[in-house]
Amino acid sequence: MNHVPVAEVPFEPVFTGPALAKLEALFPLYPTKQACLLPALWIVQETRGWIAPAAMAEVAALLDVTPAYVRGVVTFYTMYHQHPMGRHVIQVCTTSPCHLCGAGETLKAILKETGCRELGATSPDGRFTVVEAECLGACGFATPILVGNDFIESVTPERVPGLLQRYE
Amino acid sequence: MGYPHPIHSSETPVLSTHFGDAPARTVAGWQERGGYAALKAALAMAPTEIIDTVKASGLRGRGGAGFPTGLKWSFMPTGDGKPHYLVCNADESEPGTFKDREIMRWTPHALIEGCAIASYAIGAEQCYIYIRGEFTEPWSIMEAAVAEAYAEGVLGDHAMGSKHRIDMVLHRGAGAYICGEETALMNSLEGKRGNPRIKPPFPAQAGLFGRPTTINNVETLAAVPHILTRGAEWYAGLCAGNKKSTGTKLISVCGHVMKPGNYELTMGTAMSELIFDMCGGMRPGRTLKAVIPGGSSVPILNAAEADTCILDYEGVVEAGSMLGSGGMIVMDDSTDMVYEIYRLAKFYAHESCAQCTQCREGTAWTTKILARILAGKGTVEDLDLLLDLADNMTGKTICVLSDSCAAPVVSGIKKFRNEFDDYLTAKKAPVLVGI
Repeated sequence: MNHVPVAEVPFEPVFTGPALAKLEALFPLYPTKQACLLPALWIVQETRGWIAPAAMAEVAALLDVTPAYVRGVVTFYTMYHQHPMGRHVIQVCTTSPCHLCGAGETLKAILKETGCRELGATSPDGRFTVVEAECLGACGFATPILVGNDFIESVTPERVPGLLQRYE
Repeated sequence: MGYPHPIHSSETPVLSTHFGDAPARTVAGWQERGGYAALKAALAMAPTEIIDTVKASGLRGRGGAGFPTGLKWSFMPTGDGKPHYLVCNADESEPGTFKDREIMRWTPHALIEGCAIASYAIGAEQCYIYIRGEFTEPWSIMEAAVAEAYAEGVLGDHAMGSKHRIDMVLHRGAGAYICGEETALMNSLEGKRGNPRIKPPFPAQAGLFGRPTTINNVETLAAVPHILTRGAEWYAGLCAGNKKSTGTKLISVCGHVMKPGNYELTMGTAMSELIFDMCGGMRPGRTLKAVIPGGSSVPILNAAEADTCILDYEGVVEAGSMLGSGGMIVMDDSTDMVYEIYRLAKFYAHESCAQCTQCREGTAWTTKILARILAGKGTVEDLDLLLDLADNMTGKTICVLSDSCAAPVVSGIKKFRNEFDDYLTAKKAPVLVGI
């Protein structure tokens, strides 16, 4: 796996200013603090692009659970990144319905266009990380891909270069 | 409608009437289309009256299990003094299914209205809508719609100007198929790993945060306002004779048909009419080989079975499978069934929460054995081994993920045995796959 190296800088807390306010606004919506764990992890990932062990410890302290517990939850869900990713994460659906309609070829075209040598790897320019996703829930519009938060339907190998151009 | 295609004359648009109609996404737009009248009326009714209406309509859960909705609601305790919760399952992740996505994208207020009515009926002041993490577009549309519903007084301390409080919170999943299972979803919402829970206790006794909870699918809840507005009798009449399956069902069709999309059908429509008429049939020069009718978790039907299959809960069971979530995967004669079954097994192996041994080991070994067969290294004993594994994976675990992996394997070996033999006898060139 070709991960972006982690810069050796001290950990800056995620939950200050607007991020903390966003989390605290969620507390009254649930009867337990722990219920805010998935939302808190989303805030971390939106702010930092991935969820570092130190951020897991920070979330743990805020929600009165242990860092090990948070790690257990992070590792359960495929959308949480446990290491730094490219600037744009591309999820390509390759589950059966999309496979039937050529998702394999679309995936190959995306790997080629981005320069990512393999699944899960980041392109040498740090622009993209390509991962396989299990069923994106748009089977009638094969092949759907997610680029960051952009959901794009009916992607064919021919469309790939044009689609990815706008992501810098 | 067969969105993005125009409504076909054989469809019965109820939920899909406003698919593609963006102005329906606002509170005012929804009201102009008759929306929120049902909620207003409901809040003036007794909760039991609403439950009786839903019972009389014959509405059954659209998420896959087909459990009668009114009956489920009636399991909620009354006068217990505890907080109750309504949870909407918008974790649509079943391969082949993409109907809830369209409901949320085009008619977010239909879902909000259905959730609000259900909340009131079961004595809940709080509703959580759990949306899968990958649904970024439905999420932002729902987020805007809920915010507007609060601003317009539809939701909040005095919902629709009544004395009833109805609060609604959207909760984002993070990529786990198993969270579509109701008890796994509740664990996930509580900030835990999405492991399914042992039942009993059932959610109506001890569900979310240990409180009485009802959990319903998006399509089920979106149908409720229509039932209240147009009457239980009207809804119960939407069937082709079988009174156990009523109403309309959104069928998501994907795979090798000319016009994949969502089609809203009266219960009891023939599968062949859907595939060959509404969906435009197979691609040129191709013939139908197999259909997985209810999302990937159900047994595979061959072309002959599909040809006579009636699309309602009982009809698909009679054909040898299940209606499930109504996600129909259509495969033509170019399909390598062994590979497709392998790909499904790989999906379940990836998505197993790994709590139960039969599932954790069974899904992984099923995938490995199928990969071995594809690689030309399988033996005829491997088929027995797969069936033996499938037997141990069926009816023996906390949830049905394991059964779901076994279903296509067992039906696949039974109905497409010759394709397995082709790999076992090296008649077909090996295919190398990852596991």
